[in-house]
Amino acid sequence: MNERRRNWLPWAGFAICIIAIPSYFLLFARFPVTRDVPWVNFLLLAIGLALAGIGVKRAFGQSHIYRGKIAGPILGSLSLVLAGMFCFMVFYQTRQLPKSTGAPRVGQKAPEFVLADTNNNPVSLSSLLSTPLEQAHTPPKGVVLIFYRGYW
Amino acid sequence: MRPVAISVDAPEVSRDLSRKAGYTYTFLSDPKAEVIRQYDLLHPGAGVNGQDIARPAEFLLDSSGVIRWMNLTEDLRVRAKPEQIIEAAKSLR
Repeated sequence: MNERRRNWLPWAGFAICIIAIPSYFLLFARFPVTRDVPWVNFLLLAIGLALAGIGVKRAFGQSHIYRGKIAGPILGSLSLVLAGMFCFMVFYQTRQLPKSTGAPRVGQKAPEFVLADTNNNPVSLSSLLSTPLEQAHTPPKGVVLIFYRGYW
Repeated sequence: MRPVAISVDAPEVSRDLSRKAGYTYTFLSDPKAEVIRQYDLLHPGAGVNGQDIARPAEFLLDSSGVIRWMNLTEDLRVRAKPEQIIEAAKSLR
């Protein structure tokens, strides 16, 4: 038996690591339960790294049975790089927000402003507070101002 | 309760977004980040092409315009959950 078996574990591990990252942005970031702590993606990366690790181990430890002495370490390293990039984003990059010491605080009156709506009509905060909602005759109980980064 | 979304996006961009996504609430456009600056929520150079944009933040105002609850995230991946805002809004008369 000279034919050694194909070592698919590093490939599978790498594939799972590749899926783990875009799936956060495309799917799991949509739901707060998988967004705030990206546990599904950590789990996928852990599974991917484990498979790649086992694959590399058997490429060297059982090299008479399995191939992959070259592809294994390469795929294993790439998987590690992907996991590292994801951790860098989650634990460092998205936390680089400037301090906001001057933001209005609870108990203060929200500063008045006028901005254009989607029809280019000027809308003031006071009008948002006093104009009744659609299908209602009284002003809203309150207004939620949501500042967001933009769709770009 | 009236939700109002504010960003540096042009009115047309927000119109396309709300049409596609089916949002019916108010979108306001602050292209020069004037109100974003006024509320000290500027994230300088963080947008595409280094544009100054808003850091995420949510404020619940009562009918007199006083802030009753707010959320200034320290991580731009982590925003207020709808349940949190609804819970906070229960205290409004």
